[in-house]
Amino acid sequence: MEMSGIGLLSGTRNILARDLTLAGRRITDVLTTLFFFVIVVSLFPLGVGPEMNTLRMIAPGILWVAALLATMLSLGRLFTADYIDGTLEQMLLSPQPLSLIVLGKVAAHWLVTGAPLVLMSPLLGLQFGLGGAALGVLMLTLLIGTPVLSLVGAMGAALTLGLRGGGALISLLVLPLYIPVLIFGAGAVEAVASGLEAGAHLSLLGALLVLALCFGPWVTAAALRISLE
Amino acid sequence: MALNWFKYSSPASFYPLAGRLAPWFGVAAALLTLTGLYLGFFVAPTDYKQGEAYRIIFIHVPAAWMSMFIYLVMAFYAGLGLVFNTRLSAFMARALAPTGALFTFISLWTGALWGKPMWGAWWVWDARLTSELILLFLYLGFISLQAAIEDPRRAARASGLLALIGAVNVPIIYFSVQWWNTLHQGASISMSQGSAMAATMLTAMLVMTLAFWMYTIAVVLTRVRCEILERERHSEWVAEVASRETR
Repeated sequence: MEMSGIGLLSGTRNILARDLTLAGRRITDVLTTLFFFVIVVSLFPLGVGPEMNTLRMIAPGILWVAALLATMLSLGRLFTADYIDGTLEQMLLSPQPLSLIVLGKVAAHWLVTGAPLVLMSPLLGLQFGLGGAALGVLMLTLLIGTPVLSLVGAMGAALTLGLRGGGALISLLVLPLYIPVLIFGAGAVEAVASGLEAGAHLSLLGALLVLALCFGPWVTAAALRISLE
Repeated sequence: MALNWFKYSSPASFYPLAGRLAPWFGVAAALLTLTGLYLGFFVAPTDYKQGEAYRIIFIHVPAAWMSMFIYLVMAFYAGLGLVFNTRLSAFMARALAPTGALFTFISLWTGALWGKPMWGAWWVWDARLTSELILLFLYLGFISLQAAIEDPRRAARASGLLALIGAVNVPIIYFSVQWWNTLHQGASISMSQGSAMAATMLTAMLVMTLAFWMYTIAVVLTRVRCEILERERHSEWVAEVASRETR
């Protein structure tokens, strides 16, 4: 039992590997989130009409809102299973800092929900007639933005752990906090689609990511302690 | 004398104090509301551009100020409760939330009533309106989280943490919404008041703000009293109070 700096990070790595293995064993969960994303996006042309210019105009917003909803839907999985079988309590008792364990879990959550959305998004963007540059920026914003969604969502998941009707409640807590990411993410794509620079949007998204990385795991750890008291 | 401050952080000694103070704040709220409305509706001059319809600002603007201010006070009490573990702070945060949500709703509602004659629309996606709407969502999240947790201790701590998360996010949300609005500027709308406002208008608005403030304190004190009684119902002093007041 060595407790050096390497030991700390290896704890995070172990949690990450464990959660990824668990997700790999239940691959349908991962696919469900991805299909949800695809289906929600496909509903919009049916509701709005097949007019390509309209669709191109609203595509960034639609793709981003769908990504928000898909991430939110998967937040329940983040801690619930570990909470029910008691693993989470053991994690709280372990000598590893809880925030680093949380970081590992959130990283795993992003890899199985956020990353597939990033990879899927250009295909959906093509359906909405987005151009090459806009598609690239769409992927880039999702790449920067979806980790923020996972980090912020983890706070909501920790606060609502084990509550009745947690699913609907978590949307009420988390969606207002997602608004800045939505604004800058969709804004960057829109800017590029209309021939403007997206640099400022991307910088702000990056700033949000840094903020969420610094404080998210720490706040989530505090919320987990409250929920498991 | 340094510890005197903490005397009233105990629910048992705060209960009678709140009971003595609440009626006074209630009376002050009533008097100030009458004064403010009189000043606003009868004394303040008619606006040369907006006519009589502008007079709703005497309710609208103070309500909007209070809605934001109450959230900060609520987050402050939530933080106190988390740091010092004082139960009374959590009671205060919990008691402030419905009043804050009420003022947010009033400011949105009166804003819609004002917007119709001024802008020709009940609702526009103006930065201020949008961030006020998001503030309402934050209040609702706080209230629902509290309602969803049965254990009162966990409810207080979890919603306290949520209030703090919200308070950190409020400026981020506010500025991003403002920026979003300038980028999307469809129909350019600006509320043209500000420097040219007559002194009586400003006075009426400040009096109304003070009235809302007094109302908030009166209501919150009363609500905290109920909360204290409910939570301490098994303690001896509550039994004493009950026997004294039913006699």
